[in-house]
Amino acid sequence: MKKRLHILFMALLAMAVLGGCGADGTGESSEDTSSKEQNVQETEISEGPVYGGSVVVGIQQDIDSLDPHKATAAGTKEILFNVFEGLVKPDENGNLICAVASDYSISDDGLVYTFTLRDGVKFHNGNDVTCEDVKYSLERAAGLLDGTPLVATLQTIQSVDILDDKTVQVTVDTPNTELIYSFVTAIIPAGSGEDAEANPVGTGPFSFVSYTPQEGIVLAKNENYWQEGLPYLDEVDFKIVGSADTALLELQGGSIDIYAYLTDSQANELKDSFNVISSPSNVVQALFLNNDYEPLSDVKVRQAICYALDKDMVNEFVAGGNGTLISSAMLPTLKYYYEDLNDLYGTSANVEKAKELLTEAGYADGFDLAIAVPSVYEFHMQTAEVVVEQLKAVGINATIDAVEWNTWLEDVYTNREYQATISGITCSDLTPGYLLNRFQTDSKKNFVNFKSTEYDELWKATQATQDAAEKAADYKKLQTILADEAASAFIQVPANTTAFNKNLAGYKFYPIYVQDMSTVYFVK
Amino acid sequence: MENKKRKKWNGYLAAGLFMTGLAVFLGILGYFWTPYSTTAMSAAEKFTAPSMHHIFGTDNFGRDIFSRVMQGLGTTLVISTSVVLFSAVAGVLLGAFTGYFGGILDEILMRITDAVNGFPSILLTLVIISLLGKGRQNVIIALGIVFIPSFVRIVRGEFLRLRDADYIKRARLMGVGRLRILFIHILPNIFSVLLVSVMIGFNNAILAESGMSYLGIGVQAPDASLGMMLSDAQGYLQTAPWYALFPGLAIVWIVLGFSLLGEGIRKWDGSRAE
Repeated sequence: MKKRLHILFMALLAMAVLGGCGADGTGESSEDTSSKEQNVQETEISEGPVYGGSVVVGIQQDIDSLDPHKATAAGTKEILFNVFEGLVKPDENGNLICAVASDYSISDDGLVYTFTLRDGVKFHNGNDVTCEDVKYSLERAAGLLDGTPLVATLQTIQSVDILDDKTVQVTVDTPNTELIYSFVTAIIPAGSGEDAEANPVGTGPFSFVSYTPQEGIVLAKNENYWQEGLPYLDEVDFKIVGSADTALLELQGGSIDIYAYLTDSQANELKDSFNVISSPSNVVQALFLNNDYEPLSDVKVRQAICYALDKDMVNEFVAGGNGTLISSAMLPTLKYYYEDLNDLYGTSANVEKAKELLTEAGYADGFDLAIAVPSVYEFHMQTAEVVVEQLKAVGINATIDAVEWNTWLEDVYTNREYQATISGITCSDLTPGYLLNRFQTDSKKNFVNFKSTEYDELWKATQATQDAAEKAADYKKLQTILADEAASAFIQVPANTTAFNKNLAGYKFYPIYVQDMSTVYFVK
Repeated sequence: MENKKRKKWNGYLAAGLFMTGLAVFLGILGYFWTPYSTTAMSAAEKFTAPSMHHIFGTDNFGRDIFSRVMQGLGTTLVISTSVVLFSAVAGVLLGAFTGYFGGILDEILMRITDAVNGFPSILLTLVIISLLGKGRQNVIIALGIVFIPSFVRIVRGEFLRLRDADYIKRARLMGVGRLRILFIHILPNIFSVLLVSVMIGFNNAILAESGMSYLGIGVQAPDASLGMMLSDAQGYLQTAPWYALFPGLAIVWIVLGFSLLGEGIRKWDGSRAE
């Protein structure tokens, strides 16, 4: 009994000490309250958010660039989301909220955007954000400084003018109802472009501390963050874990607290010791086919592959039935723009139809196909094993070529020297057309070499449309073309299954590929 | 002499022959026939525990683990045999010449083998793999190169010992050619030593190949290899322990078999010499 009292006393003491630390973070309001009151308060809200602490987040791959305008990999953007902000930023419901800007307006003809800067937004280096910084950032991203646009969608910007010390006006050459989504482009200090790679400075909830290649990136709390009370954590360590298996071991061993890309079986294993939550991701997983590669250049061969795939089986084996099956490049979560095309090739295998098409194309005996798969993604690797088996049924002798992530980026994505690959493309901002943009013939991101003049023309027409309903209809047509022409064999939008430490709360799921750490806090 | 041999029951040899024999038999059989397809997937049979139908159970794709272990044994044996053959032949040639002739060539080659030995073998293999690329042949080449020094050392030592033996001196006096001395007169006399080191080499090759596949740079999916199965299985240790258990046991079985065989050969050779 005596011992128990002792423990109770110690616990109360610890709470009081912890409470003291917490009060520092919350600032003004609680500092004034007397210490007695505070003790009572702390015991009451001990289940609520606690300030401070550090969290280790497991990530899958290395960072491609710390320069927010140059980073292309989704895995990099998900981290930089915590460091940089644009004039506007996405929220967890898929809407845009104001960030560095406090307000904006768009002229009726869609050509002039006027942004009012928010008061008191500071860079991590302590300087206030000025119109000069905004002008510099937008011009750098749009390519107005040296002629090389870093953010493709901003190329349309004609000029950035400073109206007064709080107002910036952006003029574009063609109206585009989706352009506002591109103003999530990071605002960086004027003239810091050269230095951005080594010393990234932004306005986000966390500031950059250090980056070690192959190991990870460390971020610290931005004390001057403009959103009151955020962030909660003092430090966030994004740690690169070699493989999904390692991630599981590290989670169980307690060396990482959050991991977002669990396989179904891993999720089952962690259910009891972690909070495990699934939500639809923003990744379109597909067997991407190089439309320039000899047998795949024939649309019939590509369609045959679409018929050969048994997407239900892939979903069952790899995603535990949690994936959403798709047949074109659009997220079903974007309901307004999404067209359900799953009836076209069916969701289970149609071997006869596939063989028939292969015979028509002159490949009755099948052919060899090397599928490059980034080996860090256990999910894609397992999918590949299932897909190889399904292609075998129609006579296509597929082999898996497991490649390093960097090799994949270079050979497959950049140089397009591959036959087929299983991977995912992500909708990294909220622009509904983001996923469709890349399938234009001359798009830099068109790594499948899809060529369709009909598609190109319709895309251009769509971009000129100001009417949202018409735009949605056109997007559906674009998706239908991609499916009909079998630009690639689209498989599914996997579920994101995230495990996080039971002591943590506040993790938000975004419809885009980011990990927002600003709202995460410890509960005890 | 015959009596002596019969009297002494060589348990090591018997156990080694039995274990390796069974593994080799299953491995070779696996190339022609397995109870189930090694790649056919079945959602209904995902993670079934060992039973009469699937004596080793099934994996995350519903594939029969016993069939895949058979195929994996075959893969592992083919790779390790090739590795040992490659490195033993190269090792014998280098060891014979350096041991018998000595001189500056000996110095140079021995310093090179020292250098190769200086690296941890896994590291060196990884370097070679990263130069050549992944895949079965490259694993054979990489491991083959890494394993040469151990053979060179043993063979060189034996040749060094025997080159001044009386019968070799006599053969030289009779004008027997150098190559004939090397390979007809000396080589048969070091055969048993060589055989033991081949057995040890086999074990190391099996473990190294499994290690390579475990790291994902050996045999590529969907082909089965024991190391790769272990690697795949580690995510399911709690839900399907048999997935990791049986490929692991197969590796233990085959390595233990070759160890016993090597020990048995040594003993048999010793008793024969008496």
